[in-house]
Amino acid sequence: MSRKVSRRDILLKASSALAATTLFAQPTRAAAPPAEAVTLALIEAAKKEGKVVYYTSIDLLLAEKIAKAFEAKYPGIAVRVERTGAERVFQRIGQEYSSKIYAVDVVNSSDAAHFIAWKRDGILQAYVPEDVAKFYPAEHKDPDGLFASFRVGMSVIGYNTSLVKAEDAPKSFADLLDPKWSGKMVKAHPGYSGNVMSATFEIVRDLGWEYLEKLAKQKIMQVQSSTDPPKKLALGERAVMVDGNEYNALQLKEDGKPVEIVYPTEGTPMAVGPNAIFKNAPNPNAARLLQSYMFTAECQQLVIDIGALRSVHPSAKEKPGRKPFREIKVMKDDPAGVEKAAEEIKARYSKTFGV
Amino acid sequence: MTIAISEQVPRTVHGFDYTRVVLYGFALALVLLIVLPMSWLVYYAFSSPSGGITLSNFTRLFSESTFIDPLITTFVLATSTSVICCIVAAPMGWLVARTDMPLRRTTRLMVTASFVTPPFLGAIAWELLAAPNSGLINQAYRVLTGAPADDHLFNIYSFAGLTFVIACYTFPYVFVLVANALDRTPGDLEDASSILGGSAWDTARRVTIPLAMPAVLAGALVAFLQAMTLFGSPAILALPAGFHTMTTKIWSLFQYPPKPELAAAAALPLLILTVLLLRAEHMILGRRGYAVLGGKNSDPRIVPLGVLRWPAVLLCFGILLCPVFLPYGALFNAAFSRIASQVISINNFTFHNIYFVFFELSATKLAFYNTFVLGIATATLGTILALVISYLTTRQAVAGHRVLGFLATAPVAIPGIVLGVGLFLSYTRPPFVLYGTLWILLLAFLTLSLPAAYQQMQSAFRSIHPELEDASRILGATRLRALREITAPLLRTSVIATWCFVFVGTIRELSAAIMLFTSETKVISVLIFDLNESGDLAAISVLGIIMLIITFGIVALANRLRIGGGPVRLRNY
Repeated sequence: MSRKVSRRDILLKASSALAATTLFAQPTRAAAPPAEAVTLALIEAAKKEGKVVYYTSIDLLLAEKIAKAFEAKYPGIAVRVERTGAERVFQRIGQEYSSKIYAVDVVNSSDAAHFIAWKRDGILQAYVPEDVAKFYPAEHKDPDGLFASFRVGMSVIGYNTSLVKAEDAPKSFADLLDPKWSGKMVKAHPGYSGNVMSATFEIVRDLGWEYLEKLAKQKIMQVQSSTDPPKKLALGERAVMVDGNEYNALQLKEDGKPVEIVYPTEGTPMAVGPNAIFKNAPNPNAARLLQSYMFTAECQQLVIDIGALRSVHPSAKEKPGRKPFREIKVMKDDPAGVEKAAEEIKARYSKTFGV
Repeated sequence: MTIAISEQVPRTVHGFDYTRVVLYGFALALVLLIVLPMSWLVYYAFSSPSGGITLSNFTRLFSESTFIDPLITTFVLATSTSVICCIVAAPMGWLVARTDMPLRRTTRLMVTASFVTPPFLGAIAWELLAAPNSGLINQAYRVLTGAPADDHLFNIYSFAGLTFVIACYTFPYVFVLVANALDRTPGDLEDASSILGGSAWDTARRVTIPLAMPAVLAGALVAFLQAMTLFGSPAILALPAGFHTMTTKIWSLFQYPPKPELAAAAALPLLILTVLLLRAEHMILGRRGYAVLGGKNSDPRIVPLGVLRWPAVLLCFGILLCPVFLPYGALFNAAFSRIASQVISINNFTFHNIYFVFFELSATKLAFYNTFVLGIATATLGTILALVISYLTTRQAVAGHRVLGFLATAPVAIPGIVLGVGLFLSYTRPPFVLYGTLWILLLAFLTLSLPAAYQQMQSAFRSIHPELEDASRILGATRLRALREITAPLLRTSVIATWCFVFVGTIRELSAAIMLFTSETKVISVLIFDLNESGDLAAISVLGIIMLIITFGIVALANRLRIGGGPVRLRNY
């Protein structure tokens, strides 16, 4: 039933400054539809629809900020943000579509594997925004024009600076197995968070299940969203986080909260979060307009500045003071691999960690 | 009461009897509400994903530790909650009903406050208070004792913590039952005991306690049920602690890839246990003659507490700290603080959270709209249903009225999450595709609130003598007309009170809503749950406080109307 998505290793291009992903690796087949500029007609049609619904797994604050920026640029089109964990987004859309409920216009998920599944189901709408056609490297856009990388996120280790001294802080995943961290760590759930799903896949691939089994004995506080562990650090609820969004941690740190980031020596798990439109979008024009907007340098700059995420748009500038992406050793992401392993990971994770 | 009779007495029309239509109509509606989802539930529980009848769901359920552990956890949780509730609530009920303790009314009022507080909101508030490191109480403890940074007094993310929080919002059930029973127990028997030379302790041991025992036992069962079927609090507190209860397990079975068959199978034991426990409760409370003795009842005897008066008040308020004062304080603090775990000061006071909820959070408006539409629709339809059914049953108006009464009470035995699963299975497929609309939530809320509404209306009807209706009927009015023009006006206050209670119960429902919502049909309780998962505690606090304000407004309104008919059993979610 499931066709195997062909894989082809792509060499890391220095210019893209991003790890290559197999997500976009496709045999050269059908060409992507031509890029579509934002026309007055599109704006008018979108205004007639008056609203657009965005299912996303990015942090609520960033999602709402982007929504407000879009509404300011195109008055009369209200954006409704439906934020939940990537795995929940996937479940929700699956549940809604199987009941023939078409509520979602534009989707973003931090688990790129979902886009492979949606593409296979044929429910995505091909649409290539101008910026994507012009500026986005090939490995960050679907060859058939169905989706493109809206953001790149990482799952990092972190600690609360008032509870842990810098010299005592863990440097690697291996350090987290030290008994001194028992009962002091917080961790998000791959059954909820796409970012953590990717991270778990990469950790299992590189370090093995044995690692997670040992980690599970450390009396972890298990939360759901990968946005939550950094917040738990900031509250002072736990001293160390095993995983969690780099971007939330950066935001909190830059806001003066006692949060510090550790890029583990084994490599930092990463996850690409694409954006796509659905064929059955109830507001197809507003969906196109929003999709276009989200890939502009303007919005991508918001993704960096407010979201503290990484962007693929070459004109978007990294914020000074943050470790540049190219200097971070990452664990290579593999959406196709995640897609195949997701179910097993969820089941085995639940068994290992008890929830 | 005088009844104005119009000049032209209508001719008696032996027309079509609409009562039969009404009976069948309502019976059909109730069957659709209850029997359909439950049948699908049973069907799914016995079918395999590929189709076909199988027992494999149950073999998995009772053989895999991922299912057995939650079963055991739930059982222990419910038992310990029930015991704690009785230990705390029974003495409190006695103090309020039978002693001269000061501030008795205030105490009752505060218990009502914990009664109507959504348990999931209480659980989140207790996260703010007693999370091991960031919890306000633990912070205070470290400051006061100079304990090291990771030492803590309480850990709310634990089995004990969960039990405690559930007990906080369940003890009012026991309290209300005990206090009401003691209110109604006449003092004669106790007087007799004293006159015959029994000491205060003898009287208590041999008269008062045995008289109150059925209420305590019934309360224990209700508390057990509530703890067993609760979804919100375990989802908020048990998952971070690394364990599941049955309700959270059922819910997690719907995550991708969904396993509805297993979920249905896991829901059945909850359903069966609830039915059994309610039967038991009925048997205990059904043995009337315990409390209400009729005839020449004297007033309940009031025990003077003497020097213990104020310590008793302190005890009551000490207990009420847990469900009311502390959590409300924590929510209020988080709503206006830049960091939810910091006490408000000049440095971190902010209105931003309120601004965020109302002007930046795009889900707020829709959630409020949905919640109000559903609250009003459920309250209105539920009250009408309850009104008509209790009329038919109390006046024994039609043959088969017993069936109606049974159907209207039956949902009491359906835990919210089980109904949620049942409705999801029934209405995501033809012929009734209601998933994704507000209708499916309306069905859920209507079903869940019907028993309480019915109970309320029934006792209201019993307090009105049928002779007034009979007079109207003799003068030629049809049943419906008598109902409309005679009975309805007399019942006005009860109707409004019932409406209020259904409304309050509906806007805080989480366990069925969590199974049935879509992005277009999100309600406030689900929004709060979502925000909890992403760690946005400040936004929750703002939403929670608004919810509490609305709830208290409505409860105050209902209380002003002085409803009779005893306690309303609000469901706990």
